[in-house]
Parts: sequence; structure tokens; C-alpha cells
Amino acid sequence: MAVVRLRAPLSELAGGRRELRVEGATVREVLRALEREHPAIAGWILDERVSIREHVNVFVNGEKSREETELAADDRIHVIPSISGG
Amino acid sequence: MTQLLVGTKKGLFTLQGDGGSFEISSRAFAGEPVEYAMRDERSGRYFACVTSAFYGPKVFYTDDLGAEEWQQAEGLALPEGGEKSLERLWIVTPGEEDGLLYAGGAPGVLFESRDGGETWALNDSFWNQPTRPEWSPGAGGMCTHSIATWPGDPQKLALAISAVGVWLSDDGGQSWRHGNKGLYPRYMPEEKREETLDLCVHNMHRAPARPERLFMQFHGGVYRSDDAGESWISIAEGLPSDFGFPMVIDPDDPDSAFVIPLVADMDRVTPDGRVRVYETRDAGETWTERGDGLPQEDAYLTILRQAFAREGSGESMSLFFGATSGDVFGSRDAGATWFTAATKLPPVHSVRAA
Repeated sequence: MAVVRLRAPLSELAGGRRELRVEGATVREVLRALEREHPAIAGWILDERVSIREHVNVFVNGEKSREETELAADDRIHVIPSISGG
Repeated sequence: MTQLLVGTKKGLFTLQGDGGSFEISSRAFAGEPVEYAMRDERSGRYFACVTSAFYGPKVFYTDDLGAEEWQQAEGLALPEGGEKSLERLWIVTPGEEDGLLYAGGAPGVLFESRDGGETWALNDSFWNQPTRPEWSPGAGGMCTHSIATWPGDPQKLALAISAVGVWLSDDGGQSWRHGNKGLYPRYMPEEKREETLDLCVHNMHRAPARPERLFMQFHGGVYRSDDAGESWISIAEGLPSDFGFPMVIDPDDPDSAFVIPLVADMDRVTPDGRVRVYETRDAGETWTERGDGLPQEDAYLTILRQAFAREGSGESMSLFFGATSGDVFGSRDAGATWFTAATKLPPVHSVRAA
């Protein structure tokens, strides 16, 4: 199981939890499993294309990763908004 | 007491006021772009279209603005696994049946709710239009920004999209056809103007007292239709510019329309450094300047498409508009005289009277 770390407002959509253990072999699978466990978060990280939103960054063990990134047990996934905006 | 919902680049501001005196009573969605906010007067429910730069577009609703507890509406998404994602939500409009609402957004989409706005479904017929692969977005995206219902008849609908023109339905949105005859897109090559789908409508409103009549602000043009949107005639003569975005009509007067001209598409500010609203009461035959009380010197404002609103009707109709400068202006006498309702807000995206 991977360890997913979330910040507000995503953590609020996950029942107030900032850290969750979620099953999945890839980043996409973990994020989809997260949506199933916490439906309120659906559409916030992954869009309808089942792609990570353009201005959301996902790091695995500190490395910026994509949907297809494969995971090992206890990998740490951080979901963080990108440094952008105006 | 008037309650104004002001969507801005940095949140939703609620202004409350009597006469010409307004104050900020609440702020929601701090830091987030609020494209549009309105209150469904049938249910009293408030809606806000919020486009997070990070987490995408959502619609939120609340039945108690003071409680500041907004719920996310469900179902506002494109089909999963496709090539596109929902980009922005531009408008929420009550329909002509109990609990029916419509929402328009980009890329050129229409959603429907039949439970008062809690859950929504994509209008598949419109999403699957055969010409969709040829559609092009305007500068603000391919936005469905105007949804004109027909009073008392839920079967008749008119949509306007930047930049895919006018679409009409006589069967409640099960099928659609164009309503673009007479529109003149001078931004296209001459040989393409008759046949192009790239028709950049900026705003469209139906006159409820004469529903076969609609008014339109185009990307270079102001038009009227007297046949329910099938065809259009220019009514721009007499305006300082035929470019602009917002439009308001007096619901009791089917000959009325109000526009706020900007210089041109290459210079989207109020002409001559003067802020002026233009009013017609004869269906566009003549236009009257309404600027008494508005900035008339060194004022180069931009007023966006959803940032002009009304409350009431007739000679005592109130008008309100906001600019990207963060100023909000109001009139309590149908535009004859104006006052400043707010200054120094974030850039204003939308204004609606609750």
C-alpha cells in the first residue's frame, strides 16, 4: 500500500485525513482508489481524462511523477498544487 | 435592501445596500476565481461557479448564504475517459419547470439539473453535435455563456456560445439547430463569412414579454431577432462602438436593451476614457447615452460579459455592473443616474442581484 499525503482542501474532502494508505500498482490506480474511498475528492486531482490536472503535482518519494508511475509498497505520494496562478 | 453577488478573480463578495450605499457583507471562496454567482428566486438557493486554478471547475450551492456552508453539486463533468475535460462554468440559469436548471460552460457544453441544482447531467445531444470537431474557442474558451429559456415553455431553448454562434431547440434540448442567419463576422475573410461556424456571440437575452424577440452583443455587432433567434438584424447604429460583452434588458419592456460598449476587440476598454451605458427603448432604432454619475475622465475600464445585472423593471429598475478594475457601479432609476457601490474589489467577473 502506498501512503498518500494530502493538503487542504483535498484533506478536507478525504474526511479530514492528511495521510491515508491506499492500494494500487501505479499513481493512477492509487488516485482512483482514493476516489472510490472518498467520492468527494473525485474530479479534484484527476480530471475526466483520468489525467492528473495540469496544475496539480504528484510526487512519489520526492520525485515528480505521472499517472503511469509504478509504485512499491510503502511508497510515499504527495499531492501538491503547483506553484502557479496570479 | 439589495443583495449583490459579485464574482471576482479572488472570491465571491456579497454586497448589501439601500439606495446608493453598499457594504461588503460576506466573502466566500477566498482566493478562488468565481466566474458567476446567482440566486434561484424560486427556491432561494444560491449557486457559485468556481474555477480553481488547481482543482478545476465546480458548482457549489447553499440555501443559507450567511452560514457559509457550500455544497459541491454533482455530475458537472464530461464523459470519463474522453479527450477533453471541463474547463470552466460560465452560467447557471433557472429553467421553466420546477427544479429545472441549466448550466453552461466550456468547452461548449450544457448541463441540466432536475433536482434544484444538486445533481446535474450533460446534455448528450448537444455534446454529440456532428460539427463539434470543427468548433473553435473564443479568447475566453469555448464558453456556453447565454441560456435563454422561453417563459412558460420548457421545450424552447436558445444557447449562445463563443465562438459557435446561436443554437436553438424546440424539444427541450433533445435536438439542436443553428440560429445564425444575418450575423456578420467581420473578423473572418469575406469569402468565409456566410458559411463559417466561428461566430463569436458575447451575450444574448430573450425579452420575456415578447419571447420571440432576442437581443445580442456580438464580437463586433449588436443584433436583434424577432423570430426566436432564427435570423438577426443589426441594431448597432448610434452606438460609439459595436464591441462589448455584457447586456441587460428590462423584462417588462420588449423594446429595451442596455449595453456597455468597449472600443474594439483590439482595445477592450471604455471609449474615450469615459464609462457609459447605452439604452434603447425602441428595439435598437435609437440609443441613448447613460453616464450621469459614472467616471467620465481617464476611465479605461473593461466590463466582462456576466458583470452587468438588473433588479426589478420599468423606470425604477436598478442596474449594476462591475469592472476588472474592481469598481462596481449602480443605478436606481434604470440608468438615468449612477453611483459607485464598491471600489477596490478584485477584478469583477460577474454581478447579479439576488
